[in-house]
Amino acid sequence: MRAILTALTAILLLLPCSAQAQSVLRIGLNDDPDALDPTISRAYTGRLVFAALCDKLFDVTPDLKIVPQLATGFEWAADRKSIVIKLRPGVRFQDGEPFNAEAVRFNIERHQTTPGSFRKSEIGEIQSVDVVNDLTVRLNLSQPLVPLLAALTDRAGMMVSPKAARALGDKLGTQPVCAGPYRFVQRVAQGKIVVERVADYWDKASFAVDRIEFVPITDSTSRLASLRSGDLHMIERVSPTDLAEIRGDAKLKVVGVPELGYQMIPLNVANGPKSKALADARVRRAIELAIDRDTLIQTVFAGEYIPGNQFVSPASPFYNAKVPVAKRDVARARQLLREAGQPSLAFTLIVPPERDRQEAALILQAMLAEAGITMTIQSQENVTMLQAGRRGDFEAYFTFWSGRPDPDGNIFSFTTCKGAQNDSHYCNPEVDALLTRARQVADPGERKKLYDQATELIQRDVPRLILWHRRVFTGLSAKIQGFTPYPDGIIRFRGLRLN
Amino acid sequence: MALWLYVARRLAVLVPTLFFVSVLIFSLQQLLPGDAAVALAGEENDPAAVAAIRARYHLDRPIPVQYGLWLGRVLQGDFGESLRSRIPVRELLASKLPVTIELALCSMAIALLIGIPAGIVSAVRKGTVVDAAANLLALSGLSVPHFWLGIMLILLFAVRLGWLPASGYVTPWEDLGRNLTTILLPSFVLGTGVAGVMMRHTRSAMLQTLGADYVRTARSKSVPERLVVLKHALRNALIPIITLGAIEFGRLLSGAVLTEQVFAIPGFGKLLVDGVFNRDYAVVQAVVLVSAGLYVLLNLGADILYFLANPRLRGST
Amino acid sequence: MSATPVVFAAPAVAVGRRYKAARQLARRPAAMIALAVVLGFVLVALAAPQLAPFDPTAIDYRAIRKAPSAAHPLGTDEVGRDVLSRLLWGARASLLAGVIPVTIAVALSVPLGLLSGYLGGWVDGLIMRINDAMLSIPFLIVAIALAAFLGPGLGNAMIAIGIAALPTFVRLVRGTVLAIKTEEYVEAAQALGCSRRRVALRHILPNTLPALFIQVSITVAAAIIAEASLSFLGLGQQPPAPSWGSMLNAAQRYLSQAPWMALYPGLMIFGIVMALNVLGDGLRDALDPRYQ
Repeated sequence: MRAILTALTAILLLLPCSAQAQSVLRIGLNDDPDALDPTISRAYTGRLVFAALCDKLFDVTPDLKIVPQLATGFEWAADRKSIVIKLRPGVRFQDGEPFNAEAVRFNIERHQTTPGSFRKSEIGEIQSVDVVNDLTVRLNLSQPLVPLLAALTDRAGMMVSPKAARALGDKLGTQPVCAGPYRFVQRVAQGKIVVERVADYWDKASFAVDRIEFVPITDSTSRLASLRSGDLHMIERVSPTDLAEIRGDAKLKVVGVPELGYQMIPLNVANGPKSKALADARVRRAIELAIDRDTLIQTVFAGEYIPGNQFVSPASPFYNAKVPVAKRDVARARQLLREAGQPSLAFTLIVPPERDRQEAALILQAMLAEAGITMTIQSQENVTMLQAGRRGDFEAYFTFWSGRPDPDGNIFSFTTCKGAQNDSHYCNPEVDALLTRARQVADPGERKKLYDQATELIQRDVPRLILWHRRVFTGLSAKIQGFTPYPDGIIRFRGLRLN
Repeated sequence: MALWLYVARRLAVLVPTLFFVSVLIFSLQQLLPGDAAVALAGEENDPAAVAAIRARYHLDRPIPVQYGLWLGRVLQGDFGESLRSRIPVRELLASKLPVTIELALCSMAIALLIGIPAGIVSAVRKGTVVDAAANLLALSGLSVPHFWLGIMLILLFAVRLGWLPASGYVTPWEDLGRNLTTILLPSFVLGTGVAGVMMRHTRSAMLQTLGADYVRTARSKSVPERLVVLKHALRNALIPIITLGAIEFGRLLSGAVLTEQVFAIPGFGKLLVDGVFNRDYAVVQAVVLVSAGLYVLLNLGADILYFLANPRLRGST
Repeated sequence: MSATPVVFAAPAVAVGRRYKAARQLARRPAAMIALAVVLGFVLVALAAPQLAPFDPTAIDYRAIRKAPSAAHPLGTDEVGRDVLSRLLWGARASLLAGVIPVTIAVALSVPLGLLSGYLGGWVDGLIMRINDAMLSIPFLIVAIALAAFLGPGLGNAMIAIGIAALPTFVRLVRGTVLAIKTEEYVEAAQALGCSRRRVALRHILPNTLPALFIQVSITVAAAIIAEASLSFLGLGQQPPAPSWGSMLNAAQRYLSQAPWMALYPGLMIFGIVMALNVLGDGLRDALDPRYQ
């Protein structure tokens, strides 16, 4: 009897608590995001916060299919120069303003006209936005461009409240108002960003966590320590060197998926006088053959990353399996160098002061030396290096591309003759034609064939060494359920629960 | 009256000093490699975005004009906004400075707790093994690279023993207990150096007062030795100790730079280092200027203390 | 450097004091041990090529982060380089980083301090205002800012540290000059019609030397720590060349897996800095009349 009473009392005491107890999810970010305004946001970590705050017209699935979010559907015109998008009815921004076609037009124009917009180049091909009716818009493009849709799955597709944007102007980033499942509560500079669940969100049943706190901690050791101590429930982009520790902790788990981007070394094929050493495709192939990517990954990243040689990772549906990562062949490399008349090849690799790439560069140097290639490492500050790359003031430099969900974003501007990021000045009209055609075809199967052909051509010329794809690891407390990793590394809060 | 004159004169010198500091910082940062606008524009490096950033932060104007614009705003108390996060620098300073001050205060407390007793003991036992050991410890504290000591302590207490967190600072009003556990190791690390300095100052000040007339008089009156040391000698030795302590406090603020880096404490020093690496001009300028101002003010405070505590000086001014 | 002939031209008083000082110093066992340790470090740095069992930059990607063993007494680092060899070669970077910035600081501060103290007037005013401005920014912050502005690299780090150390030296030289300017023999020399330059170089400079020596020994220690700090932040020595600070930078990533990478470089810095500080104390006791 007494036991029952005690139990009853306990239940009575606990009830109000459990009814009120808010579930607070704390996520460790690798650095402090910049302005929380989708138009001028630049930092990657900002996207993690936006995933809670700002819904987009479209989203991608874990296998990179495009699905509607604030939209309900789309239809390309036959010439692929315009697209009609249907919008979700009954959606409101977090300030109560209605989300409609007018708001979409406002946002796209805002992306295009705000000074300092980082979205302008992503959706520069949109020439005008027609409001067809309250819930339908038509985007008119300057050229056929199927990959445009993928841009609307990221910040360019995020919609902010026009009223808030007009009121706050360029200060919107300090108090963002969007149409996502969580509203902005507070930001403590370099301390934390707090968001809370929107009560009248159109799909509120799918979101179980009441409150999310994003805590930037730049030091990876401390992030990990905070996860282990239970202060954080999730940490993003876990360093491979920290994996062992997480795996050894029963209270934690770690989930990884191949990233969209890649680490690469552009080689100077024809950009100015410094292109002399590596102008010959045989020389560039020799470098490729002298590298043992598996060992490199094993050594520097404990085998946690994925050796790569194409603009998409081997996990992508667009990867060309007929062109696998080349096996190391030092003898063949030496032979190619002799054929090219450069048996004692020497060149300089510029590396920014960043640990991963510096360590990898040292290993590459040792591997190339075994093929008689002298690679000198020059340390240069990152931006200086990128500017040197653009000018052609390099033989090779070590950089990366963060990756885009649509394959076009990972190759077009790097490999076409007039591509904005083609620092190698590699130019192959056949490749150009294939990649341009792939922009005008809506059918994924057709596009894959075009990319496969382009890859085979590019692989003969090696304008840049694509070396590895990182795996995006998310460290989780075992209390978290319903987490699905995405190749873009962005955490989706739909279906996420905290026990 | 004389004190006010003295302070006013010192404050008047502060103005040209800070002016020169601002000119120094401004001219130096022009040497910074890499274009800030390009750095901010990110991986796509879109020329239009770069131009817009330049215009927004007046990076396209001649340097003297940039300086004039900046100085004009600073004089109105506006340090501009962080190039990276677009958060007003004033807010960044306001949120970071208390963290570093807390760290400095805790370090100072540890330094005093170790340094003053050690100094007293070694002065009283001058020439003994105890004195030698205290001296050795003080020298070790002065010589050990703080960031390495920090790493070693993390290795021992966080990695091996798991007693204390390696990092994960929280503010005292969020969680006082956790705040204290996270601040303990860094305060100790930072405090060791100052403890060494304080021990040496205490020792020499105590040696002086222990030899002074009033101490000898007290002893001749057979006042217990304990009382002689603590009441007569220490009380008088405290004046230079406090003065030097104020100066050391100013140095702690800068010593925090690396310690904050090692323990990932989001303070002033970390703000500076992150600002330097992100080419966040506005932040770097403000941090250096404010730390210079603080440093000068702390030194002034030390001088005032010294002035007040020293009747002879007061008479002569 | 250029001060050497001046030393011999110094007045007999100063020379006599120096011999006395040397004897004073020799009587302090702690200072002598410290001197031996410093000389030991110098020898190690000089003989690094002979002593190091491996090439400090030789990468062995088949033997990364190996714990200490017979082949690698102090283990290997993140790309399989021998930690002992890097430690020995790293002594060069650290000692250079101790000596060169101080040389820069002395070479610039002696003329500036002499000018400022001896000439007075607006020259003094200008130099001292700028000097005060630099002094009002903490040493390490000046060094970090300068090193960042100049760009990462050991050379630039040394320049940055040298400039950051400059104001203390200027103030010291100027202060000594002001104190000595009114001494009898200087006034006598001036009365005898010696040129200002001659008075400054022959009579004033030698007398600033004791204080300068003490400051030098302290600053060398501070500069070694500063270089290690800058390299730790990635602003100093760039790979593949070793320096103790950059070794610690690399080690921090593998603290739990490869603690030996963090232990030894720090011990080396600690050792040399401690020895220099003990030596500095000894020098001060021996040279500074107030401590005799």
